Amino acid sequence: MDTIIKEIVGRALPLRGNDIDTDRIVPARFLKEITFSRMGEYAFYDERFGDSGEKKEHPFNNPAYAGASILIVNKNFGCGSSREHAPQAIKRFGIRAIIGESFATIFSGNSFAIGMPLLRVSAEDAEYLLKAVEENKSAELRISLPDKSITLNGRAIGFSIPEAELNAFVTGRWDSLSLLLANAEKAKQLEAGLKYPNRFGAVHDSGGAQAYG
Amino acid sequence: MTGESLFEKVWKLHAVAELPTGQTQLFIGMHLVHEVTSPQAFDMLRESGAGVAFPKRTFATVDHIIPTDEGRARPFKDAMAEKMIAALEKNAKESNITLFNLGDARQGIVHVIGPELGLTQPGMTIVCGDSHTSTHGALGALAFAIGTTQLRDVLATQCVAVSKPKTRRIEINGAMRKGVYSKDVILAIIRKLGVGAGAGYAYEYAGSAIEGMSIEERMTVCNMSIEGGATVGYVSPDEKTFEYIRGRPYAPPEESYDLAVRYWKSVASDPDARYDDTCTIDAASLEPMVTWGINPGQAVGISERLPPLSGFPEAERANAEKAYKYMGVAPGEELAGKRIDVAFIGSCTNSRISDLREAAAILSGRKVSGHVKALAVPGSSSVKALAEREGIDRIFKEAGFEWRSAGCSMCLGMNPDKLVGTQLCASSSNRNYIGRQGSPTGRTMLMSPAMVAAAAIEGKVTDVRDME
Repeated sequence: MDTIIKEIVGRALPLRGNDIDTDRIVPARFLKEITFSRMGEYAFYDERFGDSGEKKEHPFNNPAYAGASILIVNKNFGCGSSREHAPQAIKRFGIRAIIGESFATIFSGNSFAIGMPLLRVSAEDAEYLLKAVEENKSAELRISLPDKSITLNGRAIGFSIPEAELNAFVTGRWDSLSLLLANAEKAKQLEAGLKYPNRFGAVHDSGGAQAYG
Repeated sequence: MTGESLFEKVWKLHAVAELPTGQTQLFIGMHLVHEVTSPQAFDMLRESGAGVAFPKRTFATVDHIIPTDEGRARPFKDAMAEKMIAALEKNAKESNITLFNLGDARQGIVHVIGPELGLTQPGMTIVCGDSHTSTHGALGALAFAIGTTQLRDVLATQCVAVSKPKTRRIEINGAMRKGVYSKDVILAIIRKLGVGAGAGYAYEYAGSAIEGMSIEERMTVCNMSIEGGATVGYVSPDEKTFEYIRGRPYAPPEESYDLAVRYWKSVASDPDARYDDTCTIDAASLEPMVTWGINPGQAVGISERLPPLSGFPEAERANAEKAYKYMGVAPGEELAGKRIDVAFIGSCTNSRISDLREAAAILSGRKVSGHVKALAVPGSSSVKALAEREGIDRIFKEAGFEWRSAGCSMCLGMNPDKLVGTQLCASSSNRNYIGRQGSPTGRTMLMSPAMVAAAAIEGKVTDVRDME
């Protein structure tokens, strides 16, 4: 059983722009680590820091947004590579949910897997939220997953989320491993019935210099 | 009864159960592993107390971080790279997973070696912690990327929890003109549909242009499905597919080949299969494509002028403006004549023997322009060996290219091969994102290997059709 995620309350960080890719979220050179522990420091690194490490203007650097726990974005956020490092970096930076117009598929799957809800809103609502938190940086948002609503300044905004994800978060069963292990026997049976003609395991370690063109 | 697509058939054959979340538990026929996205997954696996359920269905290699020059001797100069490869070696050994390590003739970019070794076959489900896993779809496999947590799931159960995507059939008809390659086809598709259009979709590529392509050309198309937003991209298998696999190390033995082909044919898309969406592309009207911006959809034909800002939908204008500024190009300009600093031929998109042959045909008897650093990085140790047997390495070297060993190299700059400063690179790779090739301010123009070769010779973006 994982943590139940029903409500997230906090200030929000606005990050404008469509098609923000995973290379911008975490540049590839920072993937050279064998744990995720430092990923939070690398979030948007090249946009936040110059060549000699000096801070650049960026919402993630803005002290007025320090401690924000909700990220607001535009369209196709997280496009690009499959690196889980991207949602890990955002989560480890302190973000617990992302509100946006749309998200790339692999990024969505990875965010779900690590328990960070992605909430989809219309372009108008995204613009309203971005503007509202840019104008009042200490504004508090209240996200209710069961109600599928975001409340800000007394105004309620609806969002969509795949039912599978919603159910998993509100019941605290978003850890896929336990669900998959429960069907281990069924998986074994399916494997036995596969008609693959592969010779997995049957090829010897020739290791020769043969070229297969 | 209406027919089914390959996607529907293969999905059904591998669906273990419907999960309480509403997702499908999908059995994975083959899991490919590399050194960058796997160490955390093995740690998570240990933490969960589970072991690797089906070690014979997992194959590992090293590609992302390894040096491609003389620096391949161990230990690597880069301590972190050394640590990552050592972790993979330890994990593979402990879990009885086959590792095609440095020094093994079978080592190479994970999406090059799968098909090359005959591991990738029609009707399989294949996953890898890498977004270009759809490459394997060129052989009629259902192949897609997973993240690290899902990687742990596959190690522990040989299954993933996934939501079923919809299907879109992209029909590409007509004969491609001389100088136009499969890279141009996929860049044209992404430009037409958009970089986010594939979210939630599996792409089936079909039509006379696809039928006419070799398996390696189809790999280039399927490879960049993700740049169009689709995690899955495939081509239904045909006689070319069956012949491609024959004789490879993991191919079915000759005496039972007919049986294998029977299975492969059974999963092919039916002629009356239904799709959630369809669209068509005219291949005959295409010309060589070059990207001008910071995502792969920002591309033009080589004779086109760059689009005016007013031509973009309002929501896209800010991105286009940013792209123009970053790349140092302007609306109304042509890309032909734009001076380049680096030429890179490599990556899981375009580093196979056919790509090297196409580039060599342009380079033969010519010299790389004096100010250009040019890099040729074969996709696998086997491709490298074959190219050397054919004398292709000599053509590259005599032209002034550095001839490297197999790896991902400057596609993502995780090894020492990186752009410096704002260098502009003509690249046969798949992503032109800001900072993608290792320098935070580096610039990338994506194009076919032949176009990269032409740009290297001229020192500037050039229409390869003027050189052939």
